[in-house]
Amino acid sequence: MSKLKTGNSRVMDLNTVEVWDGNVANSHALRQASVDVVSAYPITPSTGTVEGYASHKANGYVDGEMIMTESEHAAMSGCIGAAAAGARSATATSSQGLALMVETLYQAAGMRMPIVLCLINRALAAPLNVNGDHSDMYLANQSGWISIDACNPEESYDLVLCAFKIAEHKDVRLPVIVNQDGFLTSHKAQNVRPLDDETAYQFVGDYLEINSLLNFDTPVTHGVQTESDWHFEHKAKQNDAMMKSPKVIEEVFAEYEKVSGRKYNMIETHCTEDADVILVCMGTTYETTCVTADKLRAEGKKVGVMMPRVFRPTQLESFVKELGHAKAIVCMDRSAPGGQTGLLYNDVTAALYNTDKRPLVTNIIYGLGGRDINVENLTGVYNEALANVEAGKILSGTIQQWVGVRGPELKYYSVEG
Amino acid sequence: MAKDKSENLDRVVPKLTSIPDQKSVFAMGWDELVPGAACFSFNEDIDHTVVNVQPEDRIYAETNSINKYVGDWRVVKPVWKADLCIDCQNCWLYCPDTSIISRDKEMVGIDYDHCKGCGICSEVCPTNPKSLVMFVETMKNEEALMQWPEKEGK
Repeated sequence: MSKLKTGNSRVMDLNTVEVWDGNVANSHALRQASVDVVSAYPITPSTGTVEGYASHKANGYVDGEMIMTESEHAAMSGCIGAAAAGARSATATSSQGLALMVETLYQAAGMRMPIVLCLINRALAAPLNVNGDHSDMYLANQSGWISIDACNPEESYDLVLCAFKIAEHKDVRLPVIVNQDGFLTSHKAQNVRPLDDETAYQFVGDYLEINSLLNFDTPVTHGVQTESDWHFEHKAKQNDAMMKSPKVIEEVFAEYEKVSGRKYNMIETHCTEDADVILVCMGTTYETTCVTADKLRAEGKKVGVMMPRVFRPTQLESFVKELGHAKAIVCMDRSAPGGQTGLLYNDVTAALYNTDKRPLVTNIIYGLGGRDINVENLTGVYNEALANVEAGKILSGTIQQWVGVRGPELKYYSVEG
Repeated sequence: MAKDKSENLDRVVPKLTSIPDQKSVFAMGWDELVPGAACFSFNEDIDHTVVNVQPEDRIYAETNSINKYVGDWRVVKPVWKADLCIDCQNCWLYCPDTSIISRDKEMVGIDYDHCKGCGICSEVCPTNPKSLVMFVETMKNEEALMQWPEKEGK
């Protein structure tokens, strides 16, 4: 167990500004949180996160255990066992690893184990691909894990520290995924301003044990079977904790601002206040879109960007507040939609449908398998949406468009119905 | 004729216990449940001397799995022929569901409320012929004892 208010026995001196990639940033957050058990099966591009933790452990900088397992399914199972025993536990994975982990993701959430998963977003095969898209993030979307998204290494470092505090809060007790884009964030070294070890550990705090197996005074069984008699009630309780978690998440973000000076929000926005067109996107695309929006603002175009920092639970009410005034909303989904509209499109339209707001909402599928999306691409997306606003209708005639793919234009779902 | 100790089983299988003032877990709403469906073995923190109390004399919580009847999961069941048994305790040690009941290192019988018929007890039984043999669930134990296999040659 984490030692009372001491964290690790050995302190690592850090510079005010370190140059870390997303994996290194994650590994320092795991080290500073004094994670008791990391159970992992490394996979590209998340290998560096657990490799970093293993290195800190080998060098005596973390008082924890590193368990190498035979698969990702076993890796998450190890985390569940450790968490049930009463330990702070975490792991990292990507893509196929997340896919193999899915069965245990649902177990972890249902058993209310406050595990932190550093998910380095990578496309799901086939065809095999190691680069970043959000198909693994989307795969976990109904698993009962809180899902938070980071756009760069510093954000990932910050949010992993926050994730432990959110997951372990007595009113939450749900596992948390902290996403970052594969390679674009995980392998691009950037400036990170870390907390010192003591401040970071004091922020995260000691692990709060609830009904742990190693409390021999109160013998308890975890991972039980419930049939039609109890299952529904347990899922209701689990989902209710998820729906009420934003209150705790906001408190944790506010507390983190006090120790770091960096403010995180449930929903991040850039230039949205008076925007006619708002792009909704996640990950590194948010940063690229902010640059694009600034460029277009300089040309007098009223455009903005929104990112759900907390992807799950979905913030439908906040979507209405942040997007309701727009004339056109473009939902950018970086995941092959499998014969439907993307999840961001589904979330945004679900939020608006029962209101009197009727912006033109379109869905763009982009960047699959790490296909680059740049300022020119995004300028094109903005300009098309601005033309839609001018015309008062969706000029392409379809809800969904695939952008950045070679070959004939791909458009689906006629707006005529 | 085999010694039949089965009358002892009623004594050693614990009875379902509940506290009169406590609402049954089966009547609870979602807001009253323990997060994660954790099931407590006892209603209160235990006195560690409980290890010296036999299971039949312990007060278990309603949520203890001892109160869950799973005997109907079986297709085949182990039948015990007491006069062949050498009380080696192999079956007691290996049973994954603590369904072999033994007292003072002497075999007492099989807890058919919790035995799932996996056959491990029969597998690890070292006597020849075996003193634990698997029979179809529907066969009466008396009938099974009449059909016991012969001693096997080397």
